Amino acid sequence: MTPSSPPFAKVLIANRGEIACRIIRTCRRLGVRTVAVFSDADEGSLHTLMADDAVLIGGARAAESYLNIAAIIDAARKTGCEAIHPGYGFLSENANFAEACDAAGICFIGPSAATIRSMSYKGAARQIAESCGVPLLPGYDGDEQDEAFLANEAERIGWPIIIKAVAGGGGKGMRRVDAPAQFPRNLAAARREAQSAFGNDQVLLEKFLVEPRHIEVQILADSHGKVVSLFERDCSIQRKHQKVIEESPAPGMPEDMRAEMISAAVRLAAQVGYEGVGTVEFVADVSAGLRVDRFYFLEMNTRLQVEHPVTEMITGLDLVEWQLRVAAGEAIPFDREGITRTGHALEVRLCAEDPSKMFLPSPGELTRFDLGSEVCGLRIETGLRQGDKVTPYYDSLLAKLVVHAASRDEAIRTLGDRLQIIQVEGLKSNRLLLQRICAHPDFTAGGVSTTFIERNAEVLLAPEASAPAAT
Amino acid sequence: MSLKLIHSPIKALVWKVEVEAGQPIEEYDPLIILESMKTEIPVDSSLSGIVREVLVKEGDSVEENQPLVSIEAAL
Repeated sequence: MTPSSPPFAKVLIANRGEIACRIIRTCRRLGVRTVAVFSDADEGSLHTLMADDAVLIGGARAAESYLNIAAIIDAARKTGCEAIHPGYGFLSENANFAEACDAAGICFIGPSAATIRSMSYKGAARQIAESCGVPLLPGYDGDEQDEAFLANEAERIGWPIIIKAVAGGGGKGMRRVDAPAQFPRNLAAARREAQSAFGNDQVLLEKFLVEPRHIEVQILADSHGKVVSLFERDCSIQRKHQKVIEESPAPGMPEDMRAEMISAAVRLAAQVGYEGVGTVEFVADVSAGLRVDRFYFLEMNTRLQVEHPVTEMITGLDLVEWQLRVAAGEAIPFDREGITRTGHALEVRLCAEDPSKMFLPSPGELTRFDLGSEVCGLRIETGLRQGDKVTPYYDSLLAKLVVHAASRDEAIRTLGDRLQIIQVEGLKSNRLLLQRICAHPDFTAGGVSTTFIERNAEVLLAPEASAPAAT
Repeated sequence: MSLKLIHSPIKALVWKVEVEAGQPIEEYDPLIILESMKTEIPVDSSLSGIVREVLVKEGDSVEENQPLVSIEAAL
Protein backbone atom coordinates (compact mmCIF):
# COMPACT_ATOMS: atom_id res chain seq x y z
CA MET A 1 0.00 0.00 0.00
CA THR A 2 3.04 2.24 0.07
CA PRO A 3 3.68 4.17 -3.13
CA SER A 4 7.27 3.78 -4.23
CA SER A 5 8.46 7.21 -5.38
CA PRO A 6 10.17 9.46 -2.79
CA PRO A 7 7.81 12.25 -1.63
CA PHE A 8 10.61 14.84 -1.71
CA ALA A 9 14.14 14.94 -3.15
CA LYS A 10 15.72 16.70 -0.15
CA VAL A 11 14.49 17.58 3.32
CA LEU A 12 16.03 19.69 6.09
CA ILE A 13 15.48 18.45 9.64
CA ALA A 14 15.13 21.43 11.99
CA ASN A 15 15.87 19.48 15.14
CA ARG A 16 18.54 17.48 16.98
CA GLY A 17 19.08 14.35 19.04
CA GLU A 18 17.05 11.18 18.79
CA ILE A 19 14.17 12.64 16.78
CA ALA A 20 16.50 14.05 14.10
CA CYS A 21 18.18 10.63 13.80
CA ARG A 22 14.81 8.90 13.63
CA ILE A 23 13.54 11.20 10.84
CA ILE A 24 16.77 10.75 8.88
CA ARG A 25 16.38 6.94 9.00
CA THR A 26 12.95 7.08 7.37
CA CYS A 27 14.12 9.63 4.78
CA ARG A 28 17.00 7.36 3.85
CA ARG A 29 14.70 4.34 3.46
CA LEU A 30 12.45 6.39 1.16
CA GLY A 31 15.36 7.72 -0.93
CA VAL A 32 14.98 11.29 0.38
CA ARG A 33 18.27 13.17 0.86
CA THR A 34 18.68 14.91 4.25
CA VAL A 35 20.26 18.06 5.65
CA ALA A 36 20.88 18.29 9.40
CA VAL A 37 21.32 21.56 11.27
CA PHE A 38 23.36 21.93 14.44
CA SER A 39 24.45 24.39 17.09
CA ASP A 40 27.97 24.97 18.41
CA ALA A 41 27.18 22.55 21.25
CA ASP A 42 26.17 19.77 18.86
CA GLU A 43 29.16 19.76 16.53
CA GLY A 44 29.98 16.17 15.55
CA SER A 45 26.84 14.75 17.17
CA LEU A 46 25.15 11.69 15.72
CA HIS A 47 22.41 13.43 13.72
CA THR A 48 24.97 15.58 11.88
CA LEU A 49 26.92 12.46 10.87
CA MET A 50 23.84 10.52 9.75
CA ALA A 51 22.52 13.22 7.43
CA ASP A 52 23.83 13.68 3.89
CA ASP A 53 24.77 17.24 4.74
CA ALA A 54 24.96 19.33 7.93
CA VAL A 55 24.83 23.09 8.45
CA LEU A 56 25.96 25.06 11.52
CA ILE A 57 23.13 27.48 12.37
CA GLY A 58 24.31 29.23 15.53
CA GLY A 59 25.26 29.21 19.19
CA ALA A 60 24.52 26.61 21.81
CA ARG A 61 21.47 28.39 23.21
CA ALA A 62 18.35 27.22 21.44
CA ALA A 63 17.28 30.82 20.74
CA GLU A 64 20.45 31.26 18.66
CA SER A 65 20.15 28.00 16.73
CA TYR A 66 17.23 25.54 16.85
CA LEU A 67 14.75 28.41 17.38
CA ASN A 68 16.47 30.69 14.87
CA ILE A 69 13.92 30.84 12.05
CA ALA A 70 16.03 32.99 9.71
CA ALA A 71 19.13 30.77 10.04
CA ILE A 72 17.13 27.60 9.41
CA ILE A 73 15.30 28.96 6.35
CA ASP A 74 18.64 30.23 5.05
CA ALA A 75 20.24 26.78 5.52
CA ALA A 76 17.33 25.14 3.67
CA ARG A 77 17.64 27.58 0.77
CA LYS A 78 21.41 27.24 0.46
CA THR A 79 21.25 23.44 0.45
CA GLY A 80 18.31 23.30 -1.97
CA CYS A 81 15.79 21.60 0.36
CA GLU A 82 12.18 21.40 -0.77
CA ALA A 83 10.77 20.76 2.68
CA ILE A 84 11.52 21.16 6.40
CA HIS A 85 10.63 18.60 9.04
CA PRO A 86 10.42 20.34 12.44
CA GLY A 87 10.43 17.20 14.64
CA TYR A 88 8.92 17.90 18.07
CA GLY A 89 9.60 20.77 20.46
CA PHE A 90 11.60 23.78 19.17
CA LEU A 91 9.73 25.26 16.15
CA SER A 92 7.33 22.36 15.57
CA GLU A 93 4.26 24.24 16.83
CA ASN A 94 5.37 27.72 15.86
CA ALA A 95 2.89 29.22 13.39
CA ASN A 96 5.34 31.98 12.45
CA PHE A 97 7.86 29.36 11.37
CA ALA A 98 5.25 27.56 9.24
CA GLU A 99 4.46 30.94 7.62
CA ALA A 100 8.15 31.72 7.07
CA CYS A 101 8.54 28.36 5.29
CA ASP A 102 5.54 29.15 3.05
CA ALA A 103 6.94 32.60 2.27
CA ALA A 104 10.29 31.05 1.30
CA GLY A 105 8.57 28.53 -0.98
CA ILE A 106 9.58 25.63 1.27
CA CYS A 107 7.08 23.00 2.37
CA PHE A 108 6.56 22.92 6.16
CA ILE A 109 5.93 19.28 7.09
CA GLY A 110 2.96 19.77 9.38
CA PRO A 111 -0.43 21.45 9.43
CA SER A 112 -1.08 25.00 8.19
CA ALA A 113 -0.05 28.03 10.24
CA ALA A 114 -3.76 28.79 10.80
CA THR A 115 -4.40 25.33 12.24
CA ILE A 116 -1.36 25.55 14.52
CA ARG A 117 -2.57 28.93 15.74
CA SER A 118 -6.16 27.84 16.37
CA MET A 119 -5.00 24.93 18.53
CA SER A 120 -2.31 26.82 20.43
CA TYR A 121 -4.75 29.16 22.21
CA LYS A 122 -6.51 27.27 24.95
CA GLY A 123 -9.69 29.33 24.75
CA ALA A 124 -9.96 29.02 20.96
CA ALA A 125 -9.21 25.29 21.05
CA ARG A 126 -11.92 24.76 23.70
CA GLN A 127 -14.46 26.62 21.59
CA ILE A 128 -13.68 24.57 18.50
CA ALA A 129 -13.88 21.36 20.54
CA GLU A 130 -17.23 22.41 21.98
CA SER A 131 -18.58 23.25 18.53
CA CYS A 132 -18.06 19.68 17.34
CA GLY A 133 -19.32 17.94 20.43
CA VAL A 134 -15.97 17.03 21.99
CA PRO A 135 -16.47 16.74 25.76
CA LEU A 136 -14.84 19.49 27.84
CA LEU A 137 -13.87 19.42 31.50
CA PRO A 138 -16.77 21.09 33.35
CA GLY A 139 -15.73 24.59 34.35
CA TYR A 140 -16.37 28.33 34.30
CA ASP A 141 -14.00 30.77 32.58
CA GLY A 142 -16.12 33.89 32.12
CA ASP A 143 -15.62 37.50 33.23
CA GLU A 144 -18.21 37.48 36.05
CA GLN A 145 -16.08 37.30 39.21
CA ASP A 146 -18.61 37.94 41.98
CA GLU A 147 -18.02 35.56 44.89
CA ALA A 148 -21.63 34.37 45.21
CA PHE A 149 -21.83 33.79 41.46
CA LEU A 150 -18.58 31.78 41.43
CA ALA A 151 -19.74 29.73 44.42
CA ASN A 152 -22.88 28.85 42.47
CA GLU A 153 -20.80 27.89 39.44
CA ALA A 154 -18.61 25.67 41.67
CA GLU A 155 -21.77 23.97 42.94
CA ARG A 156 -22.93 23.40 39.36
CA ILE A 157 -19.51 21.93 38.33
CA GLY A 158 -19.50 19.62 41.36
CA TRP A 159 -16.91 19.25 44.15
CA PRO A 160 -13.96 19.00 44.27
CA ILE A 161 -13.09 21.93 42.04
CA ILE A 162 -9.87 23.80 41.35
CA ILE A 163 -9.53 27.58 41.25
CA LYS A 164 -6.91 28.78 38.75
CA ALA A 165 -5.53 32.20 37.88
CA VAL A 166 -6.64 33.12 34.34
CA ALA A 167 -3.21 34.63 33.68
CA GLY A 168 -1.51 31.85 35.58
CA GLY A 169 1.03 29.10 35.30
CA GLY A 170 3.45 27.21 37.48
CA GLY A 171 0.88 26.37 40.15
CA LYS A 172 0.61 29.96 41.46
CA GLY A 173 -2.92 31.05 42.26
CA MET A 174 -4.14 27.45 42.16
CA ARG A 175 -6.37 26.15 44.97
CA ARG A 176 -8.23 22.88 45.30
CA VAL A 177 -11.58 23.17 47.11
CA ASP A 178 -13.42 20.09 48.34
CA ALA A 179 -16.51 21.59 49.98
CA PRO A 180 -18.64 24.79 49.84
CA ALA A 181 -17.54 25.97 53.30
CA GLN A 182 -13.91 26.21 52.15
CA PHE A 183 -14.77 28.15 49.00
CA PRO A 184 -14.70 31.82 50.16
CA ARG A 185 -11.31 31.74 51.88
CA ASN A 186 -9.67 29.72 49.06
CA LEU A 187 -11.09 32.12 46.48
CA ALA A 188 -9.64 35.06 48.42
CA ALA A 189 -6.23 33.37 48.69
CA ALA A 190 -6.17 32.42 45.00
CA ARG A 191 -7.03 36.04 44.06
CA ARG A 192 -4.26 37.42 46.28
CA GLU A 193 -1.68 35.02 44.84
CA ALA A 194 -2.83 35.70 41.30
CA GLN A 195 -2.70 39.46 41.82
CA SER A 196 0.83 39.41 43.25
CA ALA A 197 2.21 36.86 40.76
CA PHE A 198 0.52 38.01 37.55
CA GLY A 199 -0.95 41.45 38.32
CA ASN A 200 -4.42 40.08 37.48
CA ASP A 201 -6.76 38.53 40.04
CA GLN A 202 -9.27 37.03 37.61
CA VAL A 203 -9.82 33.32 38.22
CA LEU A 204 -11.44 30.38 36.46
CA LEU A 205 -13.01 27.27 37.95
CA GLU A 206 -12.52 23.71 36.78
CA LYS A 207 -13.61 20.30 37.92
CA PHE A 208 -10.72 18.78 39.91
CA LEU A 209 -9.93 15.20 38.98
CA VAL A 210 -8.62 13.26 41.97
CA GLU A 211 -7.54 10.24 39.95
CA PRO A 212 -6.82 11.37 36.38
CA ARG A 213 -5.53 9.39 33.47
CA HIS A 214 -3.99 10.91 30.38
CA ILE A 215 -5.14 9.19 27.20
CA GLU A 216 -4.54 10.59 23.72
CA VAL A 217 -5.59 9.69 20.18
CA GLN A 218 -3.17 9.66 17.23
CA ILE A 219 -4.57 11.26 14.10
CA LEU A 220 -3.34 11.11 10.51
CA ALA A 221 -5.00 13.38 7.93
CA ASP A 222 -4.29 14.24 4.31
CA SER A 223 -4.93 17.33 2.19
CA HIS A 224 -7.89 15.62 0.48
CA GLY A 225 -10.13 15.66 3.53
CA LYS A 226 -9.45 12.19 4.86
CA VAL A 227 -8.89 11.81 8.62
CA VAL A 228 -7.80 8.44 10.00
CA SER A 229 -7.29 7.62 13.67
CA LEU A 230 -4.47 5.32 14.71
CA PHE A 231 -5.87 4.35 18.11
CA GLU A 232 -5.03 5.68 21.55
CA ARG A 233 -1.95 5.92 23.76
CA ASP A 234 -2.08 5.95 27.54
CA CYS A 235 0.51 8.39 28.91
CA SER A 236 -0.60 8.43 32.54
CA ILE A 237 2.74 7.59 34.13
CA GLN A 238 4.15 11.09 34.59
CA ARG A 239 6.48 13.05 36.82
CA LYS A 240 6.09 16.82 37.24
CA HIS A 241 3.63 16.85 34.31
CA GLN A 242 6.12 15.11 32.01
CA LYS A 243 5.40 11.74 30.47
CA VAL A 244 7.64 8.89 31.60
CA ILE A 245 5.94 5.79 30.15
CA GLU A 246 3.48 5.57 27.25
CA GLU A 247 1.57 2.55 26.01
CA SER A 248 -1.14 1.27 23.73
CA PRO A 249 -3.76 -0.09 24.11
CA ALA A 250 -4.77 1.85 27.24
CA PRO A 251 -5.04 -0.76 30.01
CA GLY A 252 -8.62 -1.60 30.90
CA MET A 253 -10.23 0.84 28.46
CA PRO A 254 -13.78 -0.25 27.58
CA GLU A 255 -14.52 -0.54 23.84
CA ASP A 256 -17.37 2.00 23.94
CA MET A 257 -15.08 4.57 25.53
CA ARG A 258 -12.31 3.88 23.01
CA ALA A 259 -14.77 4.25 20.11
CA GLU A 260 -16.21 7.51 21.48
CA MET A 261 -12.79 9.04 22.23
CA ILE A 262 -11.50 8.17 18.77
CA SER A 263 -14.64 9.56 17.18
CA ALA A 264 -14.29 12.82 19.16
CA ALA A 265 -10.64 13.18 18.07
CA VAL A 266 -11.53 12.58 14.41
CA ARG A 267 -14.36 15.15 14.59
CA LEU A 268 -12.00 17.76 16.02
CA ALA A 269 -9.32 17.11 13.38
CA ALA A 270 -11.91 17.26 10.60
CA GLN A 271 -13.38 20.49 12.03
CA VAL A 272 -10.04 22.33 11.75
CA GLY A 273 -9.15 20.82 8.37
CA TYR A 274 -6.16 19.10 9.91
CA GLU A 275 -3.29 17.87 7.72
CA GLY A 276 -0.46 15.59 8.79
CA VAL A 277 -0.03 13.72 12.06
CA GLY A 278 -1.43 15.19 15.25
CA THR A 279 -2.55 14.12 18.67
CA VAL A 280 -5.72 14.94 20.55
CA GLU A 281 -5.09 14.71 24.29
CA PHE A 282 -7.79 13.85 26.80
CA VAL A 283 -7.92 13.52 30.54
CA ALA A 284 -10.08 10.76 31.99
CA ASP A 285 -11.61 10.76 35.46
CA VAL A 286 -11.07 7.22 36.73
CA SER A 287 -12.46 7.69 40.25
CA ALA A 288 -15.23 5.31 39.15
CA GLY A 289 -13.13 3.38 36.62
CA LEU A 290 -12.71 4.21 32.92
CA ARG A 291 -16.12 5.33 31.65
CA VAL A 292 -17.35 6.55 28.30
CA ASP A 293 -18.93 9.65 29.94
CA ARG A 294 -15.85 10.59 31.98
CA PHE A 295 -13.23 11.85 29.56
CA TYR A 296 -12.51 15.45 28.59
CA PHE A 297 -10.55 17.34 25.93
CA LEU A 298 -7.21 18.73 27.10
CA GLU A 299 -5.44 20.01 23.98
CA MET A 300 -4.34 19.11 20.48
CA ASN A 301 -0.65 18.78 19.65
CA THR A 302 -0.12 19.74 16.03
CA ARG A 303 3.08 17.76 15.50
CA LEU A 304 4.76 14.38 15.82
CA GLN A 305 4.81 13.27 19.47
CA VAL A 306 7.82 11.95 21.37
CA GLU A 307 5.85 8.74 21.99
CA HIS A 308 4.79 8.14 18.35
CA PRO A 309 6.80 4.86 18.13
CA VAL A 310 4.21 3.22 20.41
CA THR A 311 1.62 3.69 17.66
CA GLU A 312 4.07 2.57 14.99
CA MET A 313 4.74 -0.66 16.87
CA ILE A 314 1.08 -1.68 17.12
CA THR A 315 0.02 -0.56 13.63
CA GLY A 316 3.16 -1.32 11.60
CA LEU A 317 2.93 2.16 10.03
CA ASP A 318 5.83 4.61 9.81
CA LEU A 319 4.34 7.93 10.93
CA VAL A 320 7.26 9.99 9.62
CA GLU A 321 6.82 8.40 6.19
CA TRP A 322 3.15 9.42 6.22
CA GLN A 323 4.04 12.93 7.38
CA LEU A 324 6.27 13.26 4.31
CA ARG A 325 3.76 11.69 1.91
CA VAL A 326 0.82 13.77 3.13
CA ALA A 327 2.93 16.95 3.04
CA ALA A 328 3.81 16.13 -0.58
CA GLY A 329 0.08 15.97 -1.38
CA GLU A 330 -0.41 12.21 -1.51
CA ALA A 331 -3.77 10.79 -0.46
CA ILE A 332 -3.91 8.29 2.40
CA PRO A 333 -4.77 5.01 0.62
CA PHE A 334 -6.22 3.19 3.64
CA ASP A 335 -9.08 3.60 6.10
CA ARG A 336 -9.22 3.01 9.82
CA GLU A 337 -10.75 -0.39 9.10
CA GLY A 338 -7.74 -1.25 6.97
CA ILE A 339 -5.38 -0.84 9.92
CA THR A 340 -5.02 -3.72 12.30
CA ARG A 341 -3.71 -3.24 15.76
CA THR A 342 -1.63 -6.12 17.08
CA GLY A 343 -0.30 -6.79 20.53
CA HIS A 344 0.80 -4.24 23.11
CA ALA A 345 3.52 -1.59 22.92
CA LEU A 346 5.24 0.34 25.72
CA GLU A 347 7.79 3.14 25.61
CA VAL A 348 9.98 4.45 28.43
CA ARG A 349 11.91 7.71 28.38
CA LEU A 350 15.43 7.32 29.72
CA CYS A 351 16.45 10.76 30.98
CA ALA A 352 19.51 12.46 32.48
CA GLU A 353 18.02 13.38 35.83
CA ASP A 354 18.16 12.38 39.48
CA PRO A 355 14.82 10.96 40.67
CA SER A 356 16.02 10.93 44.28
CA LYS A 357 16.61 14.71 44.13
CA MET A 358 13.26 15.90 42.78
CA PHE A 359 14.32 14.97 39.24
CA LEU A 360 17.16 17.52 39.21
CA PRO A 361 18.66 17.60 35.70
CA SER A 362 22.01 15.83 35.40
CA PRO A 363 24.16 16.92 32.48
CA GLY A 364 27.54 15.26 32.06
CA GLU A 365 29.67 13.00 29.90
CA LEU A 366 28.36 9.55 29.07
CA THR A 367 31.44 7.62 30.16
CA ARG A 368 29.46 4.44 29.62
CA PHE A 369 26.31 4.18 27.48
CA ASP A 370 25.32 0.67 26.50
CA LEU A 371 21.64 0.07 25.78
CA GLY A 372 22.21 -3.30 24.12
CA SER A 373 21.14 -3.94 20.55
CA GLU A 374 17.76 -3.68 18.89
CA VAL A 375 16.03 -7.04 18.56
CA CYS A 376 12.68 -8.07 17.17
CA GLY A 377 10.05 -6.30 19.28
CA LEU A 378 12.53 -3.90 20.94
CA ARG A 379 13.37 -0.58 19.37
CA ILE A 380 15.95 1.90 20.67
CA GLU A 381 15.78 5.58 19.72
CA THR A 382 18.76 7.71 20.71
CA GLY A 383 20.98 10.44 19.34
CA LEU A 384 23.83 9.72 21.73
CA ARG A 385 26.90 7.48 21.84
CA GLN A 386 29.25 6.49 24.64
CA GLY A 387 31.66 9.39 25.20
CA ASP A 388 29.14 12.06 24.14
CA LYS A 389 28.56 15.05 26.38
CA VAL A 390 25.00 15.74 27.49
CA THR A 391 24.81 19.53 27.84
CA PRO A 392 22.49 21.72 29.93
CA TYR A 393 21.27 23.48 26.76
CA TYR A 394 18.57 21.04 25.64
CA ASP A 395 16.15 18.51 27.10
CA SER A 396 17.21 15.59 29.27
CA LEU A 397 16.07 12.74 27.01
CA LEU A 398 18.88 10.20 26.57
CA ALA A 399 16.95 7.47 24.77
CA LYS A 400 13.58 5.85 24.28
CA LEU A 401 13.18 2.11 24.63
CA VAL A 402 10.08 0.81 22.87
CA VAL A 403 8.86 -2.77 23.17
CA HIS A 404 6.15 -4.66 21.33
CA ALA A 405 4.83 -8.04 22.41
CA ALA A 406 1.70 -10.16 22.16
CA SER A 407 0.51 -9.11 25.61
CA ARG A 408 1.05 -6.24 28.07
CA ASP A 409 2.60 -8.62 30.61
CA GLU A 410 5.13 -9.86 28.09
CA ALA A 411 5.96 -6.33 26.94
CA ILE A 412 6.55 -5.17 30.53
CA ARG A 413 8.74 -8.22 31.20
CA THR A 414 10.89 -7.59 28.12
CA LEU A 415 11.26 -3.94 29.03
CA GLY A 416 12.09 -4.68 32.67
CA ASP A 417 14.74 -7.21 31.63
CA ARG A 418 16.40 -4.73 29.29
CA LEU A 419 16.28 -1.90 31.83
CA GLN A 420 18.13 -4.10 34.27
CA ILE A 421 21.11 -4.69 31.98
CA ILE A 422 21.57 -1.35 30.24
CA GLN A 423 24.48 0.74 31.46
CA VAL A 424 24.42 4.52 31.82
CA GLU A 425 27.39 6.05 33.63
CA GLY A 426 28.92 9.51 33.96
CA LEU A 427 25.64 11.18 34.86
CA LYS A 428 22.52 10.40 36.88
CA SER A 429 19.66 8.74 35.01
CA ASN A 430 16.16 7.52 35.79
CA ARG A 431 17.01 3.94 34.74
CA LEU A 432 16.31 2.49 38.17
CA LEU A 433 13.00 4.37 38.48
CA LEU A 434 11.86 2.92 35.14
CA GLN A 435 12.92 -0.56 36.21
CA ARG A 436 11.06 -0.19 39.52
CA ILE A 437 7.89 0.98 37.77
CA CYS A 438 7.99 -2.07 35.48
CA ALA A 439 8.26 -4.29 38.57
CA HIS A 440 5.54 -2.52 40.60
CA PRO A 441 2.45 -4.71 41.13
CA ASP A 442 0.03 -1.77 40.68
CA PHE A 443 1.61 -0.90 37.34
CA THR A 444 1.68 -4.48 36.08
CA ALA A 445 -1.99 -4.79 37.10
CA GLY A 446 -2.78 -1.79 34.85
CA GLY A 447 -3.36 0.65 37.71
CA VAL A 448 -1.93 3.68 35.99
CA SER A 449 -2.79 7.30 36.79
CA THR A 450 -0.93 10.59 36.75
CA THR A 451 -0.46 10.37 40.51
CA PHE A 452 1.20 6.92 40.36
CA ILE A 453 4.82 8.05 40.84
CA GLU A 454 3.89 10.53 43.59
CA ARG A 455 1.79 7.97 45.44
CA ASN A 456 4.56 5.38 45.31
CA ALA A 457 7.46 7.80 45.75
CA GLU A 458 8.92 6.00 48.73
CA VAL A 459 9.39 2.76 46.79
CA LEU A 460 10.12 4.26 43.38
CA LEU A 461 12.40 7.21 44.12
CA ALA A 462 14.67 5.89 46.89
CA PRO A 463 18.40 6.21 46.09
CA GLU A 464 19.99 3.07 44.69
CA ALA A 465 21.89 1.98 47.82
CA SER A 466 18.84 1.82 50.08
CA ALA A 467 16.67 0.06 47.52
CA PRO A 468 15.64 -3.55 47.96
CA ALA A 469 17.90 -5.86 45.98
CA ALA A 470 16.79 -6.46 42.40
CA THR A 471 15.50 -9.92 41.77
CA MET B 1 31.95 40.21 59.60
CA SER B 2 31.66 36.85 57.88
CA LEU B 3 31.39 36.36 54.17
CA LYS B 4 29.53 33.37 52.79
CA LEU B 5 29.58 32.03 49.25
CA ILE B 6 26.46 30.55 47.68
CA HIS B 7 27.39 27.77 45.23
CA SER B 8 25.69 26.27 42.20
CA PRO B 9 24.14 22.86 43.01
CA ILE B 10 24.58 21.69 39.44
CA LYS B 11 26.16 22.33 36.04
CA ALA B 12 23.76 24.78 34.42
CA LEU B 13 23.17 28.11 32.72
CA VAL B 14 22.43 31.33 34.58
CA TRP B 15 18.95 32.30 33.47
CA LYS B 16 18.10 35.17 35.82
CA VAL B 17 20.02 37.17 38.42
CA GLU B 18 17.52 38.34 41.04
CA VAL B 19 19.82 40.45 43.26
CA GLU B 20 22.54 43.10 43.01
CA ALA B 21 25.53 44.09 45.11
CA GLY B 22 24.63 46.07 48.22
CA GLN B 23 21.10 44.68 48.43
CA PRO B 24 19.86 43.46 51.82
CA ILE B 25 18.32 39.99 51.69
CA GLU B 26 16.53 37.55 53.96
CA GLU B 27 17.08 33.82 54.30
CA TYR B 28 15.20 31.95 51.51
CA ASP B 29 15.13 34.99 49.21
CA PRO B 30 15.76 33.99 45.58
CA LEU B 31 19.27 34.94 44.41
CA ILE B 32 19.77 33.29 41.06
CA ILE B 33 17.59 31.17 38.79
CA LEU B 34 19.58 28.56 36.92
CA GLU B 35 18.39 26.68 33.88
CA SER B 36 19.39 23.19 32.87
CA MET B 37 17.69 20.89 30.38
CA LYS B 38 14.64 23.15 30.12
CA THR B 39 14.16 23.07 33.90
CA GLU B 40 14.35 26.13 36.17
CA ILE B 41 16.44 25.63 39.30
CA PRO B 42 16.06 28.46 41.82
CA VAL B 43 19.02 29.15 44.12
CA ASP B 44 17.84 30.76 47.35
CA SER B 45 19.87 32.42 50.05
CA SER B 46 20.75 30.24 53.03
CA LEU B 47 21.19 33.28 55.29
CA SER B 48 20.12 36.87 55.88
CA GLY B 49 22.56 39.65 55.13
CA ILE B 50 23.80 41.92 52.38
CA VAL B 51 24.81 40.88 48.88
CA ARG B 52 28.52 41.70 48.63
CA GLU B 53 29.10 40.53 45.05
CA VAL B 54 27.26 38.74 42.25
CA LEU B 55 29.91 36.54 40.65
CA VAL B 56 28.00 35.51 37.51
CA LYS B 57 25.85 37.21 34.90
CA GLU B 58 22.82 36.12 32.92
CA GLY B 59 23.79 33.76 30.12
CA ASP B 60 26.90 32.42 31.88
CA SER B 61 27.39 28.70 32.12
CA VAL B 62 28.41 27.49 35.55
CA GLU B 63 29.88 24.27 36.91
CA GLU B 64 28.66 22.31 39.92
CA ASN B 65 29.91 23.98 43.15
CA GLN B 66 30.92 27.17 41.36
CA PRO B 67 30.38 30.24 43.60
CA LEU B 68 27.46 32.39 42.39
CA VAL B 69 26.96 35.10 45.00
CA SER B 70 28.87 36.26 48.09
CA ILE B 71 26.84 37.42 51.06
CA GLU B 72 27.85 39.33 54.16
CA ALA B 73 26.01 37.71 57.05
CA ALA B 74 23.74 39.93 59.14
CA LEU B 75 24.94 40.36 62.70
